[in-house]
Amino acid sequence: MSLLEARGLSKRFGGVRAVDHLDLALAEGDLLGLIGPNGAGKTTAFNLLSGFLAPDAGEIRLRGRSIVGLKPHRICQLGVARTFQIVRPFPRMTVLQNVEVGALARHAGTGAAVRVARAVVEQVGLGPKANAVASGLTMPERKRLELARALATEPAVLLLDEVMAGLNPTEIERMVVLLREIHAAGMSMLLIEHNMRAVMALSQRVVVLNFGSKIAEGAPAEVARHPKVVEAYLGEEYVDAAPAR
Amino acid sequence: MTWLGIAALGVLLALPAVVSSYVLTILIFIFFYAFLGQAWNVVGGYAGQLSVGHAAFLGVGAYASAVLAQEVGLSPWLGMFVGGALAGALGAVIGYLGFRFGLRGFYFVLLTVAFAEVCRIVVNNVEAVGGAVGFYITFTGDPRQFQFRDNRAWYYVTLVLMLAATGIVALIERRRFGVYLAAIREDESAAEALGVDTLRYKMLAMIVSSFLTGVGGTFYACYLLSLQPNAVFGIPLSVEIIIRPIVGGSGTLLGPILGSFILTPLAEVSRYYLGQGGWHGAHLIAYGVLLVAVVLFLPEGAYPRLVRLVRARKRA
Ligand SMILES: Nc1ncnc2c1ncn2[C@@H]1O[C@H](COP(=O)(O)OP(=O)(O)O)[C@@H](O)[C@H]1O
Ligand SMILES: [Mg+2]
Repeated sequence: MSLLEARGLSKRFGGVRAVDHLDLALAEGDLLGLIGPNGAGKTTAFNLLSGFLAPDAGEIRLRGRSIVGLKPHRICQLGVARTFQIVRPFPRMTVLQNVEVGALARHAGTGAAVRVARAVVEQVGLGPKANAVASGLTMPERKRLELARALATEPAVLLLDEVMAGLNPTEIERMVVLLREIHAAGMSMLLIEHNMRAVMALSQRVVVLNFGSKIAEGAPAEVARHPKVVEAYLGEEYVDAAPAR
Repeated sequence: MTWLGIAALGVLLALPAVVSSYVLTILIFIFFYAFLGQAWNVVGGYAGQLSVGHAAFLGVGAYASAVLAQEVGLSPWLGMFVGGALAGALGAVIGYLGFRFGLRGFYFVLLTVAFAEVCRIVVNNVEAVGGAVGFYITFTGDPRQFQFRDNRAWYYVTLVLMLAATGIVALIERRRFGVYLAAIREDESAAEALGVDTLRYKMLAMIVSSFLTGVGGTFYACYLLSLQPNAVFGIPLSVEIIIRPIVGGSGTLLGPILGSFILTPLAEVSRYYLGQGGWHGAHLIAYGVLLVAVVLFLPEGAYPRLVRLVRARKRA
């Protein structure tokens, strides 16, 4: 049985079919890449999976149980944590307090939650910034904070929306290492990413979206050669990136 | 900090022995408005849901307790909690309408103002509770009726109210409830994504806040001995309730207290002198100017600024 599974997922905005009959399946321990050009519907798919948007049609199951119609907080409590492409830190709270909010989803007492938060803050490399106010963080730090908060909810599945956007190559490399560690520790992940090299380096399987529909799925190298993908995506960067794996 | 707190408490306990009755009266209002500001702070400050209709809760609590005391003979010591419960129920209704249907910012402000206005108009027209003439409480001076002949007793009553509300808020602040409220204030969607049942916690904040405010209604009724619907449910009173925590620092534990120590004497003095010159209500203009100044120069309120000044001095 899949850990997280979507069938026939659809969402329209007026005339735009943002997500169109999408099927996705994530098994325990998978790291699935979700790629596609801008406006392909990736973020909308995350909003559907995490309960921020209600699908027009389709089914979403977590360990076989339907989660369609549940509120986002419920879905988080059930084990699906998401990050936002446009980061949303709690600006006037410290890094540690931001992460504590996530940890409180599993630990009702603030003492235990702060201990978990501290460990997660260290894990993502924000230790030295633990007591800094979030509004003062740099973009790479904000991306790490976004990841840390989601991690602190101790999810079964992490949905990461472009956590490397806006980072320089060194920072991307560090983020790839961090994500690989988290995955190696057993976390299942769905990763939206624009940086092809990173997707190729991390993912076992990749789903390609275009105009809301899945146009290809498979191992990264395989998908990169798919004619539809090359067409949709302008595959030069792709073809370059693929052998790097 | 702890020592400072203990010292402050000692001074407050001893003050009635040394100050004049006039100063004592001002202190009573300082404490009472600090109490109301602290109650508002739960939903308006910590949770960031700007209610400008808190007079409705005070009015409901005051009328409930006064009417029960006069008509049924229920002691205001108990009526206080009946009034609080009714105000809490009203808070739950307003909160549900506002939060369930996603009214944010300006729209939530309007909803709360509208409810308070509806209360005001309704009570103005219910003859059974005195209608526009108001509702009057017989003076007995009997402590069992929550009445005191000595201003010093009122002083301690309001001091206890203020400290109790502050204690409750201090407890909330340290718990999951308080952390969640702050997260909701900072970014509601992000909080929801992290497992925070935002509707539930906003509702809880509204209920706690309106309950406490309703409890305060009993003091209002028994101290003033008369309730006028236009005053007790009026927008000016709602403004009095919120302006102190905003000036002092909303969403901070000591902000409402500091705000009340700054504003209540100021309001008293300006009311007195401007009122003497026939300028009734002119202190509201002063509030307007002050509010603009705070928004421009101290957007977080006075307390956070004070803390930073003290820290900077210590380091220097
Ligand atoms: N809330 C919304 N209202 C209207 N249109 C939207 C909304 N969110 C996304 N869209 C549209 O849906 C399509 C998919 O957007 P999105 O899911 O953000 O794409 P991606 O994340 O793949 O770049 C785009 O055409 C976008 O303009
Ligand atoms: Mg996107």
